[in-house]
Amino acid sequence: MNKSQRHLKGLSYAKYGYLFAIPFIVIFLIFQLYPTLYTAFIGFTDMKGVNPVHVLDHPFDNFKDIVHNQTFLKSLRNTVVIWIMNFIPQITLALILTAWFTSRTSKLKGQGFFKVVFYMPNIITAATIAILFSTLFGFPTGPVNQLLKSWGIRATAFDFMTSKSASKLIVAFIQFWTWYGNTMILLVSGVLGISPDIYEAADIDGANGVQTFFRITLPNLKTVLLYTLITSMIGGLNMFDIPLLFNRGGPDGATTTASVFIYQVAFTGTNLYYRAAAASMVLFVIVLILSAILFYLMRDKDAIAMEKMKKAERKKHKMKERRGF
Amino acid sequence: MAARKRSGLSTGFTIFQYIICIILAILSLLPFIIMLVNATRSSSEIQANAISFIPGKSLLTNYKVFDGKSFNPWTGFINSAIISVCATACTIYFSTLTAYTLVAYDWKAKKAFFALIMCVLMIPGQVTAIGFYQFMYKVGLVNSFIPLILPAIAAPATVFFMRQYMLPSLSMEIVQSARIDGAGEFRIFNQIVLPLMKPAMATQAIFSFVATWNALFIPLILLIDRKKWTMPIMVAQLQGDMYKTEYGAVYLALVMTVLPLFVVYFLLSKYIIAGVALGGVKE
Repeated sequence: MNKSQRHLKGLSYAKYGYLFAIPFIVIFLIFQLYPTLYTAFIGFTDMKGVNPVHVLDHPFDNFKDIVHNQTFLKSLRNTVVIWIMNFIPQITLALILTAWFTSRTSKLKGQGFFKVVFYMPNIITAATIAILFSTLFGFPTGPVNQLLKSWGIRATAFDFMTSKSASKLIVAFIQFWTWYGNTMILLVSGVLGISPDIYEAADIDGANGVQTFFRITLPNLKTVLLYTLITSMIGGLNMFDIPLLFNRGGPDGATTTASVFIYQVAFTGTNLYYRAAAASMVLFVIVLILSAILFYLMRDKDAIAMEKMKKAERKKHKMKERRGF
Repeated sequence: MAARKRSGLSTGFTIFQYIICIILAILSLLPFIIMLVNATRSSSEIQANAISFIPGKSLLTNYKVFDGKSFNPWTGFINSAIISVCATACTIYFSTLTAYTLVAYDWKAKKAFFALIMCVLMIPGQVTAIGFYQFMYKVGLVNSFIPLILPAIAAPATVFFMRQYMLPSLSMEIVQSARIDGAGEFRIFNQIVLPLMKPAMATQAIFSFVATWNALFIPLILLIDRKKWTMPIMVAQLQGDMYKTEYGAVYLALVMTVLPLFVVYFLLSKYIIAGVALGGVKE
């Protein structure tokens, strides 16, 4: 089939392209675009509870207030701190396991079993996991306290729920625990995608396992690592179920993340929708920036590679031509 | 001599690797094992000794605690099942259809449409929840399952996955010959393209189902009527003071919320792990 023929055939069916895209577009407009714009609009009003709504005389007041709102800033800080406390150990452990699971010199047995077990917490309802952990860390007779006492690590029970740093640490741990298996599987599949030729060349050059990992595996995993980093950041920014249900964002707001803040401001107590909407928009902009970075990095890589290949091809051609004539 | 020493070292290292993996496996499983065992033990037994691997005899007593309280696992189960099944069906069918428009047809706005899908890929529901809630409140859809099911029709991540799967596997020759036989475009999609996409649809169905089943934020703000609560909202009730001393009942409640997920996971874990791995392979 030549190009013009294909073009003709495509054209006659083009209307079906539009037709079949309608459901997606309509639902997107109604349930995603409109609520987004509406949220932004609420940010410019005084909407709370069920009172009549007015656009503010100084429309940007809510946004000015929210970026100076101490509770909101604290919730942003909590989000970042908890995310970092979860991500660094998560990516470290995932990388170590990836190196072990893809090692070509020593094959670990039972990898299938380990993958299934490590990934499992990721599929279990986060709400359930949050309540389960708050029960496990219960005071004074929860299982963790009983373990600490029976192993002689502590003489008396420790109240994890009233300790700010302990609560933060546990929320971060739960995030780490539910996600490292997922990250590891992504990284392992990334390594399996690296061309075996490179490893063979390294073997011939006499590189040892550690050298191979740092010089070949890691650089080739860059895209997958970036993908993991940014999707984890966006997910982390929206952390909600676990901090809300583990300790209701407490004690004293220590585990109140940005999403928990928005929920509490809008849907409990005085229903300050305008404040929650302004906070949502700040979060929305951060997510947009992060997605744009991800999009740029992932796309650019391809384009650059393609461009390079084309250039090399052209060079080859030219060389051939020169040699030929 | 040197070689022997090195092999001794590497055996030691292998043992170390197994120990770490086994510890991590225990870490993954232990909380759930404690949960399962304690669901069958009485609250006083749990208080005296919280970690035991011997099941007790208080399963029924624990179950009776739920009578007349806000936690109702059966209502939650049915509501979650209705929402998850309908939303998953919507996501799978319409994402495949949307992917088909991106693969099979040449239309002018296609590139812009694909760019739009990529842009909204990452935007989570939480950041637009205020407008979403107000909108649903105004049109009288609070306490309805519709706002939890219909949006599933526009699932950018699933469309993206389906497109990636369809690009190499759908041959336009088959579509062309069906056209020559006089089949309509919609019929071609339903009878020829959909069956070809079965493996991809199955993988995406699992993830879509689990994600809908586990969702808390949007259901929590939209469903105020107790009879409409989903499983995660039921779970959230367990934090209430009513259950403070009912340890056995809380563990049993947690077990009931995740039992369907455990069954799904251990039946389909092979496909799930493969599906997760696919997500990381760029393109």
